[in-house]
Amino acid sequence: MSIEDKNNNLSVELDNIHLRNPTMLASGILGISQSIFERLFNENIGAIVTKSISVDPMKGYPNPTVIPLGCGSYLNAVGLSNPGLHAFSKELSQNKNIPIVISLVGSSEKEFSRMVKGFDSLNILGYEINLSCPHVSKMGMEVGDDPEAVSKIVNTVRMNTNKPISVKVGVGSIDVVELARIAIDAGANMITAINTLRAMSIDVETMMPILSNRIGGLSGSAIKPIGIRCVYEISKQLQVPVIGCGGVSSWRDVIEYMMAGASAVQIGSVLGSSGPRIFNKITQDLKKYVEKKRIANISEIIGIAHRY
Amino acid sequence: MPTDIDKRRIVQIEEIISETPTVKTLVFKDRLSYFAKPGQFLMIWIPRIEEIPMSVMINSKEGYAAVTIRKFGVGSTALFDRKKGDLIGLRGPYGNRFTLRKKYRKILVIGGGTGLVPLLRLASFASKEKVRSIIVMGAKTKAEVFFEKVTRNIIRGNNSSLLVCTDDGSYGIKGTTVTLMGKLVRDESFDCVYTCGPELMMKAVLDISNQNSIPVQASLERYMKCGIGICGSCCLDSSLVCQDGTVFDGRQLSNMLDFGFSYRDKDGQKINYE
Repeated sequence: MSIEDKNNNLSVELDNIHLRNPTMLASGILGISQSIFERLFNENIGAIVTKSISVDPMKGYPNPTVIPLGCGSYLNAVGLSNPGLHAFSKELSQNKNIPIVISLVGSSEKEFSRMVKGFDSLNILGYEINLSCPHVSKMGMEVGDDPEAVSKIVNTVRMNTNKPISVKVGVGSIDVVELARIAIDAGANMITAINTLRAMSIDVETMMPILSNRIGGLSGSAIKPIGIRCVYEISKQLQVPVIGCGGVSSWRDVIEYMMAGASAVQIGSVLGSSGPRIFNKITQDLKKYVEKKRIANISEIIGIAHRY
Repeated sequence: MPTDIDKRRIVQIEEIISETPTVKTLVFKDRLSYFAKPGQFLMIWIPRIEEIPMSVMINSKEGYAAVTIRKFGVGSTALFDRKKGDLIGLRGPYGNRFTLRKKYRKILVIGGGTGLVPLLRLASFASKEKVRSIIVMGAKTKAEVFFEKVTRNIIRGNNSSLLVCTDDGSYGIKGTTVTLMGKLVRDESFDCVYTCGPELMMKAVLDISNQNSIPVQASLERYMKCGIGICGSCCLDSSLVCQDGTVFDGRQLSNMLDFGFSYRDKDGQKINYE
């Protein structure tokens, strides 16, 4: 493990979590292997969010599950494939110093409480609750669109842990700020915004939908302005840390999210073209930016766009 | 001509070669696949059924390529059952390649079953570079031997040779590729060993190469969802077969705890090889 430099001008605080820099791995990307987590950590990542884990293992949908659309955008309906609570606790059991946030997905309060009880003794930073995956029935957004269910689930997780909880919200049928407020009122410490947006692609030669699930979630460059808007609105209304997510592929995108109000920024789809080394590249570039702008610490720019 | 490898191309299957009762080669026209490097793979879309990673098979016609499929799971069986004229989708080729150093004069190529696909593309490159290839092709029994004729065509006139072996001795030399390799490296010297096939065979090839201090490269296979470094399904230790492979060298392979030991299932759980 690299020792953090005392003069680290990229460090940020998320509730009571200290991150050496604001970059995080977004949930759903590469998130099942401790060896991969170690590789990402060596690439200077700030923190890692795992794939969304459910109580039982899920195989997900048949392929095609991921479609590169070009111009840095992707469509996916992986179907929340994950090894489940038992195998994943075993995977993380040797974790010592990698800053890991476990993403949780489920349909009922009982499932969430079982998972938190199972994971809470591991060396992890906290949890992210996925209430916004747009393409699996009875999970993700189907829960996120039900205010009462959101409130009960977040409260259940709160009752079972003292670790920080972020709730990942998306663009569904409830206004994103309203949903974030419900989550915070129920005991969440912070909000992650946004998830992918419901989308579809049809092949004109075969005249068939490409994804096996037909409908999936759009990620990558195309959704960045929507993510920026959501982070801006949430951070304007609520006095809690917001983690930005959606279409980040360079240091400029990280800075833009932070100016909109994000305290940290998740990165995902760009790994499809740049690989894990993108984290090191972005952190080096962020360092150059803060030095050029003579900013003592990057957190000074959080929400700076709200002044205007 | 599309230059973006991510862009899905829809191609027609123009020819089907029946290799054995359970193995077929499907030929199609696609410029990017024609220029694929040995070891690279395509994500093949069988509309409304599956999308699977397949190594790119060489074809003698300019601008053409192929995939060689063994009937096994849902996706491969669906692809196996395609008829001439059917449409399939392609993206790629993805991944790295077998490397042939300038100083190499004589290489040992060891393949089993459809694992020969990337090795034949390599042998074709080697022939053009005037590198001698000794190709060892293994199968359980005579009925499962395929690619013999196409291999002879590729290496013709280059002082190269093809050795076919079967486990039961019903054709060619009796024994496995691994036992034959043991004999070959004892009697002759090779600049590099290249292998692709069942993982436990490749593990044995790695061990013999290490014992004899011969450089070795292997093209690995894993379940993939995306093929582009997003899903993480194809990880071995901290490497991704799709983005860091499919080809790994002896040093990398020797450091992988998962190589020859375990793979990840569709849900990401580790499964051990038997």
